[in-house]
Amino acid sequence: MNKKGKIADSKADIIYPIVGFIAFFLVISFLITLIIDILIDGFEKLVDPSFYTSYPSRFPEKAGILSGWVGTMLVMAGAIFWSLIIGIPAGIYLEEYATKRGIIGKIESIIELNINNLAAVPAIIYGLLALGIFVYRFKFGESILTAGLTLSILMLPVIVVNTREAIRRIPRDIREGAYAVGATKWDTVRDHILPYSLGGILTGLIIAASRAIGETAPLVTIGALTFIAFLPPAPFVSEFPFFSPEKAWELFMSPFTVLPIQIFNWVSRPQAAFQINAAAAGFVLLVLTVLMNALAYYYRQKVRRKYIW
Amino acid sequence: MVMANFIIDSIKSLFLGATDKSMEEIKSKEQYGYKMEGDVKLDIKELNFYYGEFKALKNINLKIPTKKITALIGPSGCGKTTLLRCFNRMHDLYPGSRYEGFIIFHPDGINIANPHIDLLDLRRRVGMVFQRPNPFPKSIFENVAYGLRVNGVKNKKLIEERVEWALQSAALWDEVKDRLNDNAYSLSGGQQQRLCIARAIAIEPDIVLFDEPTSALDPISTSKIEELIMTLKERLTIIIVTHNMQQAARVSDYTGFMYLGELIEFDKTQKIFTVPSQKLTEDYITGRFG
Repeated sequence: MNKKGKIADSKADIIYPIVGFIAFFLVISFLITLIIDILIDGFEKLVDPSFYTSYPSRFPEKAGILSGWVGTMLVMAGAIFWSLIIGIPAGIYLEEYATKRGIIGKIESIIELNINNLAAVPAIIYGLLALGIFVYRFKFGESILTAGLTLSILMLPVIVVNTREAIRRIPRDIREGAYAVGATKWDTVRDHILPYSLGGILTGLIIAASRAIGETAPLVTIGALTFIAFLPPAPFVSEFPFFSPEKAWELFMSPFTVLPIQIFNWVSRPQAAFQINAAAAGFVLLVLTVLMNALAYYYRQKVRRKYIW
Repeated sequence: MVMANFIIDSIKSLFLGATDKSMEEIKSKEQYGYKMEGDVKLDIKELNFYYGEFKALKNINLKIPTKKITALIGPSGCGKTTLLRCFNRMHDLYPGSRYEGFIIFHPDGINIANPHIDLLDLRRRVGMVFQRPNPFPKSIFENVAYGLRVNGVKNKKLIEERVEWALQSAALWDEVKDRLNDNAYSLSGGQQQRLCIARAIAIEPDIVLFDEPTSALDPISTSKIEELIMTLKERLTIIIVTHNMQQAARVSDYTGFMYLGELIEFDKTQKIFTVPSQKLTEDYITGRFG
């Protein structure tokens, strides 16, 4: 406190909020400008229903994003599936079971140290990895399956880290309470650790997914097509049991494109009319991302209300 | 054969780190000065406990009587909670803990400090109530039923009966019988703690350990819990750690005073609080330190 008895008189306390506000305003104005700009540019396409139900075309007025958004949905479904069935057990293992003793303990601590590094590896490197392993070694081809696996590798570190943090937030008392009535480790994980951390895990999943949805480089690397005028077959048939494994396999193995690649393709076209399509598709992608983030926020709030420690 | 076992053990320890060496027999000595009425439930002989290199309990010798309340008192950091958590091997959840000596659990005579005993069975027979109420974020019914479920009770009717019995024993039934499906966190702190007691006694343990059960509660809830503990001793052996000397004097039959990891004195509560034989005990009880 200075002589006048007011804290706010300090020069730094006047200057800092102004500088801070300008910085904040700059960031937010870029985002708002971008959103408004692509909304205005792509408006005529966004309100045209046939934009969402048409395949790409040589003629800008006929071109749509049907194969793009269907591809994005299928690839993301695969990526979420794979990253969940690998990421959650890995996070639970590291937090609950890792012994940190002997040779296995050494391996565990190396993995632990490197999980955060993995999240920082450039996406294109993962693309090269997937090209080598999934496309050439396992012969999955340039397929939806390969794309899902590739993006799941990208999402894994984020999911593992979030799973571990969610587990760490569960108080020690709760675990001890379970062990004190004679629960085994598996009982405790199944009945307490997993259900109480699920909110945090899902939040991590959605954050990872909303980043992966915009990835272009790794998918271009594994050979995503830029021009697709058909949809993968639906795995449903008219006869009982209404599901055909062969068709499902065909679906997993079919070539694909995703929204970001479609946008990239349109932007590089010389005709100005394609720029409108690119803007509209960009807006659709943005809306998808915002929706996913909103979902993550909603989950976090819901879980916080449910488990107040 | 011996050589082969040795090699296998070495490989195991290489992969999993050093395991505890089984303890050598130590000769038991008659060195308990106090007279005990009734049976002994836990016979603790020359118990040492280590957190890594730190020796937290030093040569504890103690007999816990059956169906009595035994209080452990002492200043913060004296090892009373550490001793309590040895009785259901709670320390084993964290790496670096090591036991030495004997905690003989009567009438079976198993040594609780033996690293190879069945911990699940031990924890079923030695329940615990914690310092802070720690109900699971599940329904009131599920909290009490959980111990039964993990111990393999499948019969729905039996579970319902036992839950009702446990809640009645914990003097909580009348308050919660109409909202058994509500989340346990909707209860007050004192009710939550009684729920935790119900959870602990639902599986009918022989011993219940109380780790400062009222330190987070208001005076009214505290007196309810104290009454409850006193009624429970008809069926159970109770060991209670407490900061509050009046509480120890009010509820317990026997009291042990601990200081710096050692058991200084153990005797009938009345004697400890009126004519303690050790100078240190007297100083603590009269409030000269601690």
